[in-house]
Amino acid sequence: MYAYDELDRTLINERVSEFRDQVKRRLSGELTEDEFKMLRLQNGVYLQLHAYMFRVAIPYGTLSSKQLRRLAHIARRYDRGYGHFTTRQNIQFNWIKLAELPDALAELAEVGIHAMQTSGNNMRNVTSDQWAGVAPGEVEDPRIWSEILRQHTTLHPEFSFLPRKFKIAITASEHDRAAIKIHDIGLRLHKNADGETGFEVLVGGGLGRTPFIAKTIKPFVAGRDILSYVEAILRVYNQYGRRDNIYKARIKILVHELGIEKFAREVDEEWRQMGHSALTLDHSVIEEVRSRFSYPAYEKLPHMPDELKQAAHDPLFERWRKNSVAPHKVQGYSIVTLSLKPVGGPPGDATADQMDAIADLADKYSFGEIRVGHEQNLALPHVAKRDLPQLWKALDRLGLATPNVNLVTDIIACPGLDYCSLANARSIPIAQELTRRFANHDTADMIGRLHINISGCINACGHHHVGHIGILGVEKNGEEFYQITIGGRADENAQMGALIGPAVPYAEVADVIEDIVEAYLALRDRPEELFVDTVKRLGVEPFKERVYATR
Amino acid sequence: MPLVKNGRIAIDLFVHVADGAELPGDGAVLISAARFLEDPEAILKRAGKTGVIWPNSRAVDDLVPYLDRLAAVALVFPIFRDGRAYSQARLLRERHGYDGELRATGQVLRDQFVFMSRAGFDAFEVKKDADADAFAETMKRYSVFYQPTGDGRVTALNRRMQLRHSESAGQ
Repeated sequence: MYAYDELDRTLINERVSEFRDQVKRRLSGELTEDEFKMLRLQNGVYLQLHAYMFRVAIPYGTLSSKQLRRLAHIARRYDRGYGHFTTRQNIQFNWIKLAELPDALAELAEVGIHAMQTSGNNMRNVTSDQWAGVAPGEVEDPRIWSEILRQHTTLHPEFSFLPRKFKIAITASEHDRAAIKIHDIGLRLHKNADGETGFEVLVGGGLGRTPFIAKTIKPFVAGRDILSYVEAILRVYNQYGRRDNIYKARIKILVHELGIEKFAREVDEEWRQMGHSALTLDHSVIEEVRSRFSYPAYEKLPHMPDELKQAAHDPLFERWRKNSVAPHKVQGYSIVTLSLKPVGGPPGDATADQMDAIADLADKYSFGEIRVGHEQNLALPHVAKRDLPQLWKALDRLGLATPNVNLVTDIIACPGLDYCSLANARSIPIAQELTRRFANHDTADMIGRLHINISGCINACGHHHVGHIGILGVEKNGEEFYQITIGGRADENAQMGALIGPAVPYAEVADVIEDIVEAYLALRDRPEELFVDTVKRLGVEPFKERVYATR
Repeated sequence: MPLVKNGRIAIDLFVHVADGAELPGDGAVLISAARFLEDPEAILKRAGKTGVIWPNSRAVDDLVPYLDRLAAVALVFPIFRDGRAYSQARLLRERHGYDGELRATGQVLRDQFVFMSRAGFDAFEVKKDADADAFAETMKRYSVFYQPTGDGRVTALNRRMQLRHSESAGQ
């Protein structure tokens, strides 16, 4: 956990006061809604279909139990008793009242949580691997760098009015759980031939109506230079990114139009001119931030405790353990994913009561720490293996032990037309129906790893392009239709899915997905071949035939 | 439109001269970049001070040769969310060492004052009277700053390091 100091606390309190003044000016009529819009967007407040929506940052996906309890309190006191975890390590509240927002922010600030730059054309919440610091084989904890970047990007005097939003993600693992290739800047921590720690810097990834996979702009930037290099990228983007057309304003379009080589030359020239600047991070400065992160005092525990051996006789426990429990870098400990994808539920939602209960479980079993992942699930990052059976029982009672992590019902979905003013179609009911169709856990297990992503419009908040199966809601003559893509992925081998054919109406989506899955089961050459690998081997055609033969 | 300079509402000593209009023989003038670049030397030879309104779509490099003879540079915020002039301001101050008046013009509201000041602006053509009146108060909103810029404010990282040093010195 990163511990805020007096300076961090002062800054977020000052931001709350500023926002309180802005809301006051709006409510008194001093600011028009149009003028206020730009201000509220810099603080995570959208006007949605029914109410204001409030998006709160969970930087690099790390929460303390105290913070999670406060989020539960916000849900209960200011909203309708639940919150929605997003694909970018944020939580959204959907029914907040404008006049109460400053108080909600002040209560969050007390526990070191803010909503700065969770929307608007600025540098958004810096995201990272939800297993950062606990996954085996990491180069180092990427949250140190995430925090350095979080501070640097917060209320930046030069880059708070960019052509468009700007998202940075960081990973330190071979296996990318932070989806860095679909970010404006993706950072991959690694060591160079001299053993020095630095970053592969990728730029220009993003989804939306013009999706691009990020390209490597520099294979190695030393850690001490990362702020100046990022600043060089942003300065080029701020000056030359398009501002004439909102749909062409992301950095991916600038990179595409200039070409990565020319763009890289521009950035290098800017970087060279910046020279050795105040942005260069001394070793002592990096260590200062590192020292602010605390780590649990792990016990020396056996790899296979008796409690786990005994519980292995329970097939339900075993199914959950095999699905939701991942290896930890410390022997005797595990990382436990809490599925927020119950059968029939909206993906990524948690009630205030669940949040409180998870906070209690985190205190009891995970050194008071919780993680939030881009798949819209939560995790307890430091669970002693001997505690797994007890934890499982508790999670099961709370409806948080659905053994579907990474399976067909672990669906990523945006809020869609049920909430969002941009949406063309509903997302949540499609997800709910699919979880019912594949409710049998044995079937889902047999199907294996399969990511379904649903977006209710072309803005792609549900990351449909990179779903193994992607579902995109469109509007045709006033009705909801859905385009289906297959073969996408968001990991280190990220790529966009391919369209299988004409859009299908709302009522047929679940049938089509069932057809695709059945086709896969018939086509895979062995049970271990994942859906996405079968699509890669065979292409779209056999799936298309299966789906459209009878339609 | 009130001008805020050096932290308080001030009289604008610069006369905006439109492109076609005749330049007065003396007195401070503020003219467009296009007019200035037609014959910079002639304009700079005038008795009065020269200020140039520089568009946010043109690199400041073309202005650099004249910076030490300019009394003011006015940068433009055509709309609140167009932030190109923040980069231009920092480049002028921090890279090119410009130390004359740096004026923010266009859609200038109180909610940008701190950002603008940190980027190097020291004069503000403020859109609304109420915002100009609130300038001093607004500038006190923040006491903690994460990024090093040319404005001289000590960053949070530096304050922490100083604190560490003083702690270890005291031991």
